Amino acid sequence: MAGVSSEPGFLVSTLEKGVNWARTQSMWPATFGLACCAIEMMGTGAAHNDLARFGMEVFRASPRQADLMIVAGRVSQKMAPVLRQVYDQMAEPKWVISMGACASSGGMFNNYAIVQGVDEVVPVDIYVPGCPPGPQSLMHGILTLHEKIMSGEIQRSTGVL
Amino acid sequence: MTETPDTTEATETVDDQTPETLGVADERRRRHEIWVSGTEERMPFAAATNEGAQEMLPRDEDPALAIQRGIAVDDDFLEQPRIVDEERQIINMGPQHPSTHGVLRLQIELEGETVRRVKPIIGYLHTGMEKTAETLTYTQGSTNVTRMDYLSPFFNELAFSLTVEQLLGIDLPERADAIRILMTELNRVASHLLFTATMGMDIGALSMMIYGWREREVVLDFFEKVTGLRMNHNYIRPGGVAADLPDGWQDDVVSLMGVVSAGVDEYEELLNENPIFLDRTLGVGVLTPEECKQFGITGPIARASGIEWDLRKAMPYSGIDKYEFDVPTGQHGDVFDRYIVRVAELRESLKIIEQVLDTMPTGDYRTTDPKVTPPPRKRIDESMEALIHHFKLFTSGIEVPPGTAYQSVEGPRGEIGCHLVSKGGTRPWRMHWRAPSFAAVQALPAMMSDSLIADLIAALASTDPVLGDVDR
Repeated sequence: MAGVSSEPGFLVSTLEKGVNWARTQSMWPATFGLACCAIEMMGTGAAHNDLARFGMEVFRASPRQADLMIVAGRVSQKMAPVLRQVYDQMAEPKWVISMGACASSGGMFNNYAIVQGVDEVVPVDIYVPGCPPGPQSLMHGILTLHEKIMSGEIQRSTGVL
Repeated sequence: MTETPDTTEATETVDDQTPETLGVADERRRRHEIWVSGTEERMPFAAATNEGAQEMLPRDEDPALAIQRGIAVDDDFLEQPRIVDEERQIINMGPQHPSTHGVLRLQIELEGETVRRVKPIIGYLHTGMEKTAETLTYTQGSTNVTRMDYLSPFFNELAFSLTVEQLLGIDLPERADAIRILMTELNRVASHLLFTATMGMDIGALSMMIYGWREREVVLDFFEKVTGLRMNHNYIRPGGVAADLPDGWQDDVVSLMGVVSAGVDEYEELLNENPIFLDRTLGVGVLTPEECKQFGITGPIARASGIEWDLRKAMPYSGIDKYEFDVPTGQHGDVFDRYIVRVAELRESLKIIEQVLDTMPTGDYRTTDPKVTPPPRKRIDESMEALIHHFKLFTSGIEVPPGTAYQSVEGPRGEIGCHLVSKGGTRPWRMHWRAPSFAAVQALPAMMSDSLIADLIAALASTDPVLGDVDR
């Protein structure tokens, strides 16, 4: 090992890169479809767009097996506690994509029923614009999240790394 | 709110209990706390998920309440020898569940693996759209309504536009009507393709998910070309449609129809004689014609039970009576018949689309009424009248005379109806919708009681509910 590098911290930083790579390459989303965006999210996973290319075709029904929560659609006041519950049940490290205008800001529904942005309930890493965002937009959001994880920009892990 | 008794209080109250049991209960209670939305406060899970009047009542209360409300379900189930209460449990399915097609929550009373009672709990996607509509002009209104039943956006827009036009008392050019029929029938095709995909997936034919989506994308590509969006188009508006069809649309539709009908042939080959599929669907989730009428079920579910009722034939809209098509019906009212009826409807829709393709009239794609349609840019420079109309339309909107109107269309899930009350002015005073999925969800107990859990999923999938339509 002595001949590999004389810089301190080489081993740890490279290990972290490897771990981040592993995390991005098999990031399992939780099925959290709410409204119109859920249909586009399913469309992203289906034949034409094929999310499996990024190791993400396994939409897990159980939040305990999921790393990524794609909040797809408008979050009503009644749904917000459920959403938080599902988020709490996910194991660290976990990420959240807010898909569409409604999830990001309440969208066109500025009224009594809709939470004005899901970031009032859970921390959000990526906002995907659109109403609903097409599969390409969602994939761009996912790839941006991958880049952010790879660069170490976001790291909320409570684990060893 | 959360009770976190401090130690002094705790010691006072536990005098007659053993401290160990309280500790366990306390611990359990704390584990079942969740956050209150928008705050850092926590509340007990049981309190947060209590549905009040929607909650499933204990057995002895339920029949009384049902009779009181006139919703008692006449059931052919013969009571089995009593099963001890320990074997009976109430479980929740949803609101976060992959097979509930969104955010439906079902409370299910189980005896072993047999479903005894089902209580649908709705409202997890309540968006307040009917209220929001009161703040939007009639021009903006179709942006709002298209997001209700998000799998049949064109039908929502059509019902809304027809109702507004009924209040305005205007007639449309033939081409506008033909474009509307073309787009809505294509929408029916897309919706039924999605039904076959999701139903296949729910029942376990996972490859159907891939196939159904494959053909649906082709239809969506055409939608995107015409309206600019894949969903939530806001294309059909009061007074006509937003834009004319793009050049070369005929070729697109012809190739689309080829792809879709070839795809549907494949589905039928895959499913119709598949023994596993037949086992899962035949005789499952049966609704009798009487039950359909009692619950207000329309659309493919009612037709699968043998009720020959299609608004396109019974109360034709937008000149759909010009086209020739059949209304397929089933006999048994089970899950398989609902699938067969939808696939047959899909083919009938393709037939209508073919006729529209051959007979598409030329002319305007929206009404020429200056109070509804803004004048072309050139006219504004030439005519004072045109300038005034333009100004009025874009500053306040379409003026609708006072009155009430109801208009319904035959959506992919049944009768989608829009009821508008106008007090004059440019915004509706009240808007209400008759949603087909709402009725279908209310009929779930009649469909599911005394079946197995696995059949419950099949029955739910066969109703093809859209929760945006149920909750609005």
